Amino acid sequence: MTPPSPVLEVRGITKRFPGVLANDKVNLTLRKGQVLGLLGENGAGKSTLMNMIYGLYKPDEGEILVTGAPVDIDGPKDAIELGIGMVHQHFQLVDVLTVTENVMLGNETVSGPFLRRDKARREIEALSREYGLDVDPDALISDLPVGIQQRVEIIKALYRHADILILDEPTAVLTPQETLGLFKIMRALLDRGVSIIFISHKLKEVLEICDDVIVLRRGAVAGHADPKASTEQSLASLMVGRDVILEVDKAEAKPGDEILNVVNLHVHDDRGLPAVEGLSFGLQRGEILGVAGVQGNGQTELVEALTGMRAVEDGRVFIKGVDMAGASPRKVTELGVGHVPEDRQRDGLVASFTVMHNLVLCTYYQDAFAKAIVVDDRAIAENARQLVEQYDVRPPIINNIASGLSGGNQQKVIVAREFSRDADLLIASQPTRGLDVGSIEFIHRQIIRMRDAGAGILLVSSELDEVLSLADRVAVMFEGEIIDILPIGDADRDTVGLRMAGVREQGLDSKMNTVGATR
Amino acid sequence: MAASSKAKSGRRLAFKLTRKRVIAVVLLALGAFIFIESSSLDSELVTTLTFESRPTGEAPAVADIPVPTSAYLLVIGLLFIVSGALNLYEFAVPRWRRISLALMALCGALFIPTVIIAAAAGNDTNLTTIVAESLRLATPLAIGAFAGIWCERAGVVNIAIEGMMLFAACFGFTTLFFLRGTPLPLETAQLLAVIIGVLAGGLIALLHGWLSITFRTDQIVSGTVINILAVGVTSFIRREYLLSTEAGAAKLGNFAIPILSDLPVVGEAIFTNQPIFFMMFVMLASTHIVMFYTRWGLRTRAVGEHPHAADTLGINVNRTRWTNVFISGMIAGLAGAWFSLEATGSFNDGMTRGAGFIALAAMIFGKWTPIGAFGAALLFGFSDSLGIRLQMVGVGFPVQFLQMVPYAVTLVVLAGFIGRASPPKAVGTPYVKE
Ligand SMILES: Nc1ncnc2c1ncn2[C@@H]1O[C@H](COP(=O)(O)OP(=O)(O)OP(=O)(O)O)[C@@H](O)[C@H]1O
Ligand SMILES: [Mg+2]
Repeated sequence: MTPPSPVLEVRGITKRFPGVLANDKVNLTLRKGQVLGLLGENGAGKSTLMNMIYGLYKPDEGEILVTGAPVDIDGPKDAIELGIGMVHQHFQLVDVLTVTENVMLGNETVSGPFLRRDKARREIEALSREYGLDVDPDALISDLPVGIQQRVEIIKALYRHADILILDEPTAVLTPQETLGLFKIMRALLDRGVSIIFISHKLKEVLEICDDVIVLRRGAVAGHADPKASTEQSLASLMVGRDVILEVDKAEAKPGDEILNVVNLHVHDDRGLPAVEGLSFGLQRGEILGVAGVQGNGQTELVEALTGMRAVEDGRVFIKGVDMAGASPRKVTELGVGHVPEDRQRDGLVASFTVMHNLVLCTYYQDAFAKAIVVDDRAIAENARQLVEQYDVRPPIINNIASGLSGGNQQKVIVAREFSRDADLLIASQPTRGLDVGSIEFIHRQIIRMRDAGAGILLVSSELDEVLSLADRVAVMFEGEIIDILPIGDADRDTVGLRMAGVREQGLDSKMNTVGATR
Repeated sequence: MAASSKAKSGRRLAFKLTRKRVIAVVLLALGAFIFIESSSLDSELVTTLTFESRPTGEAPAVADIPVPTSAYLLVIGLLFIVSGALNLYEFAVPRWRRISLALMALCGALFIPTVIIAAAAGNDTNLTTIVAESLRLATPLAIGAFAGIWCERAGVVNIAIEGMMLFAACFGFTTLFFLRGTPLPLETAQLLAVIIGVLAGGLIALLHGWLSITFRTDQIVSGTVINILAVGVTSFIRREYLLSTEAGAAKLGNFAIPILSDLPVVGEAIFTNQPIFFMMFVMLASTHIVMFYTRWGLRTRAVGEHPHAADTLGINVNRTRWTNVFISGMIAGLAGAWFSLEATGSFNDGMTRGAGFIALAAMIFGKWTPIGAFGAALLFGFSDSLGIRLQMVGVGFPVQFLQMVPYAVTLVVLAGFIGRASPPKAVGTPYVKE
C-alpha cells in the first residue's frame, strides 16, 4: 500500500530570534488524512515552527509546500486561504464576544456592512452536529470552560474550511475525559480527509493517535519514530537525548507531626456560589497527599483559600497549629508555606519582570534582599544565578523577561522560588502542566526531595497518573467535598476513577450509568 | 471524617460590607439630609411643574402639576431612610429581599425629580425646558464621548479629545471668519466651516495615530502632547488673525424637523434646534449600529480586546486602529465645532474648558457603550443646566448640594446597579507582531 500523498511539506526551515536559533533546517511531511505528532522539550521550537506554517512568523530560510506546490505565506490570511487552520497553545479567543462572533471574526457572514449572526449561527450548528462539537453559539467565551473554548477554536478552523489542522498542545489544559472527546472529534475529522499536526507532551496520547512522529531537539529534527514500534520510554529518550526515568522512584513515607489541618471549610467561587462545602482533612510532615478530581470540583478554590488568596466563608485552617483561615497570603507565606499556583501566568509570575526579580517575589523585602526600603539587586542577582543553575532554567540568563521564556521554563522559575525557601508545607497545584517529560521528571524528584526533608505536601493535579505515582495518600474531591481518602496501596486507577465521578463506596452499580454524564 | 461534624465556627465576621450595604448607607444619609432640610421649609410652599411656557391665562396643552414641596420632601426623606435601613439588613426571606431591592430602585428613580422639585422650591419649573437645556448642554459631551468610544474600542486611549475639540473649534471658526468677505451665502460658509473643523479634528488624530501606533509612543503621552499643542496653536491663531477685527459671527441657524416640530410641547423645545444638536442623535445611532451590528464594529472590538487573536484571523490590527483613530478625531472635531459655531459664534482661548475630559468620563460612566455614554453625558448636561437655573432663581436649598446630587446618583448607580466598568482589554498597549 502506498502512503497517502503529502498535503504539507516543510523544507529546510530556519528561524532565529535574537540570541536563539529556534528552528534549524527543519523538514517535515504531513500526509492526507493522517496525524503527524510533533514532540520536543519545552523551548525546542515546536510552536515557532507552527507559527511559520500559519504565517504569524516569517521563516529566515527554507520553503513550505502545500499539496506539492511551493507557497508564500505572508500572514494568517494566506494560510487560511490555503486551508490551514491552527488551534494555538494559548487560545486566541476574544473573551467578551460570543461564540458566533469569535467564529465569524475575520470571515464574517454579512449582507452589506451588516453582520448576519443568524446565518453564521446556523453554520456553526451544522458543524457542531457533523463533528460532535457541542457548543452554544450564543454563549460568551468568558463563561465557557477551557474544554469548550477549545471546541470553539476547532470550529473556527473548520468554519474556514481548513483541511490541514494544527493543534498546538491541545490536551495540556484538558481533563482525561475531555481528551477522549477531542480524540473522537479528531477521528471524525480524519475520516473526512482532514490532516492534523498534533503537538503534545503526553507521550501516551501521541502513541495512541498519531500515524507518524517527529521529534525536535533544540530547534533541529532529532529523529522520526513510528508510533506502532515505539514506547513512551523510547520517545522520551529521543526527545531529551538521554534516558528518562518515567517511573517515580521514592522510598516509603515517614509521616511526622501534623502540619495542616482543615476543619469544615466552606469557600465560594467567583460567582459567589459554594465551591468547597464543609471539607476536612489533615496532612502530616513527610507525606504527600494527592488531591485527585475532575477539574471544577472545588480544587482551585480549596487551594486559593488555603494560601490566603480567597475568602474563607466558614471553617478553620490550622497550619502548624495556628488558625490561618482568612489570613493574608503574606502571613501564610511567612509561616513557611510554599505555593505553586495553578495558573502560572496569572498567579505565579510577573510576566514583565526579569527572571531574577521573579525569583524573589515573596522575599524581596526581607533582610537578605533589602536594606531598609532599598532592594539589594546584587544579592537578588546572586540568588538568581544559583537557582537558575540548580533548577536548569533555559536560557540561564537572569535578566531575561519572564514572558519571553517558554512555558516550561516559566514553571521552573516558580518551582525554583517556592522550593528553595525550605517551606514546611508545600501546596502545589498542577505543578507539571504543559511541561516536557524531562522537566516533569525533574520537578517530581524535587517534590520527593522536599517530602524526605520533612515537608508536608499537598499535590493537586488533574493528571491521575501524576497523583498516583507521587502521592502517599489520595484524597478525591467531588462537588466541593472530599468523598474519600485512600492510602496509596488501595488507590488503583479504577477505584479513584469511580470516586472522581462521584461514586461513593456503596451503590457502585446504581451510579455507574451517570459516570459519563457528570461533567 | 469525624472532624466535619465539629461545631460550625462562629468566628467569621457577622457583618460584611457589601456593595448593597454601601448604597444603603448612602441612602440613609441622603434620606436624613432631605428629611431635616424639608422640615426647615415653609409648609405652605408649592412647586408647580409645568411643561410649556405660555402667556398667562392661556390654557396649557398639558396640565400643570402642583406639588406641595415640604410634604413631598418629607415623604421622600422617609422613603430613603426606610429603604436604606431595609437594605442594611440581609434578609433570609426572598420576598423581603425583593421588596427591599425594589425600594432601592424606586429611590434611584425618584432622585432626579426630587432634585428638580427641591431646586424649584415654591416656584414654577418648566420640565420641558430642563430637558431641552440638558440635551443642549450635553451635546459636546455626548459627541466627544462617542469619539472616545471609536478610539478606545479599537485599543487606543484618546485623552486628546479636548485638544482635538479645541483645534476644531478654532479652525472651524477661522474658516467662517475668512469666508465672511466672500460672496458665499452664510449657510454655505457655515457648512464649510463645520467641515473644516471636522477635518481639523481628523488631522490631529492622524498625529495621534502616527505617534502612538506607528512609533508606539505611550498613548497618554501622545494625547497630552496634542492637548498642550492645541492650547498653544489655537491661542496663537486667535492673537494673529482673529483679534484684529471684532471676531463674532452668526451662530448655526435653527432647523425644524418636519412633522416632529409640529408636536405640542416638545416640537418647539426639542425638534426645532441647531444642526450639531441633531447630529448628536445621528452619531448616537450610527455609533451604536456600527459597533454592534457591522463587520467593522466586530473587528474594531476584537482589535481592542485581543489584537493578537484578531491578527491570527488575518485582520490587520494597525490599519483598523488607524482608521478608527481618524474617525474618532473627526467626531471630536464635530464636538469642537459646537463650541465656536453652534453655541457662541466666536472663538476664545481654551473655550472647550475641559469638556473633552468630561466626555471621557461620560464614556467611562457609560462603560464604553454609546447609549450608556449618552446617558452619562445627559446627566452631566442636566447638572450643568441645574447650576445655571439655580443661579437665576434663589432657592431655599443649598445650591452646591443640589448641583452635586446628579453626580452622587451616578456614583451610586454605577457602584450599585451596574458594577465594575471594564475597558477594552488591550486599550493603551501598542500592538507588536512577533
Ligand atoms: N517571539 C519570540 N521572541 C524571542 N524568542 C522567542 C520568541 N518565541 C519563541 N522564542 C524562543 O524560541 C525558542 C522556541 O520556542 P517555542 O515557543 O517554539 O518552544 P516550544 O517547543 O513550543 O515549547 P513549549 O513546549 O514550552 O511550548 C525558545 O527558546 C523561546 O524562548
Ligand atoms: Mg509551544
